[in-house]
Amino acid sequence: MIKLNQADYETMLSHARLSLPEEACGLIAGVTDGEDKIIRKVYLLTNIDHSPEHFSLDPKEQLAAIKDMRLHGLVPLGNWHSHPDTPSRPSEEDKRLAYDSRASYMILSLMNKDNPVLHSFRIIGADAEKEELTILPD
Amino acid sequence: MKITVAGTSKEVTEGLTVAQLIIDEQVETPDYVTVSVNDEFVESGAFKTTKLRDGDSVEFLYFMGGGR
Repeated sequence: MIKLNQADYETMLSHARLSLPEEACGLIAGVTDGEDKIIRKVYLLTNIDHSPEHFSLDPKEQLAAIKDMRLHGLVPLGNWHSHPDTPSRPSEEDKRLAYDSRASYMILSLMNKDNPVLHSFRIIGADAEKEELTILPD
Repeated sequence: MKITVAGTSKEVTEGLTVAQLIIDEQVETPDYVTVSVNDEFVESGAFKTTKLRDGDSVEFLYFMGGGR
C-alpha cells in the first residue's frame, strides 16, 4: 500500500492544473513501513519537455530534491506526473522509461477536469501493477 | 583518497574515473544515469576521462520521464 495525505494530494493536483496544457511532474519521498510506503513530501519539478504529451524531470531540480530528502531523513519512493487528456494508467512510453522496479509511479489524470483520478503503479518491464493507494485525511 | 557518493563517505583509489565508479557502485541502467560531481553535471561522453579528486561529492541521478 502507498499512503498520501490529503494536503500533499491537493498540492499535486493544484500544480497539475496550473501546468495545463502541459504535463506536470515531480518526485515523491517518505518512509517505508514493512510493505507500506508512506509519502511525507511531494516535490513539484519542472517538466523540461514543456509538453502536453511528454515529461522529463529537470536534473538540477532532481538533484536538489534528492539532497533535501537526505537532509530530512526521507527516502525516494518514486515519481508522479499528470496526464492532461488521458486516463490514469502507464502509457507505453511510461513503461519503457520506468527503470526502477521498486519505485512507485503515480499518474494523475485530468481527463475529466471535475473528477481527477490518481493511481499508483509499479512497473516491471512491460507490466504495470496498480498499487493500493490511500489518501489520508489531514 | 576519500569521496562522498550519494551522501556516503567512501575510500577509493587515486585516479578513479566516473566510469569506473559507475561500475564499482553497480549502478543500475548505467546508460540512463546522470552524474554530478560537486553539483556540476558530467557529460556522459566524459565519464571515462573524468578523474575524481579527494573530497569530491558524487551523485547518481536516474532519468525520469514518460509520455501519455
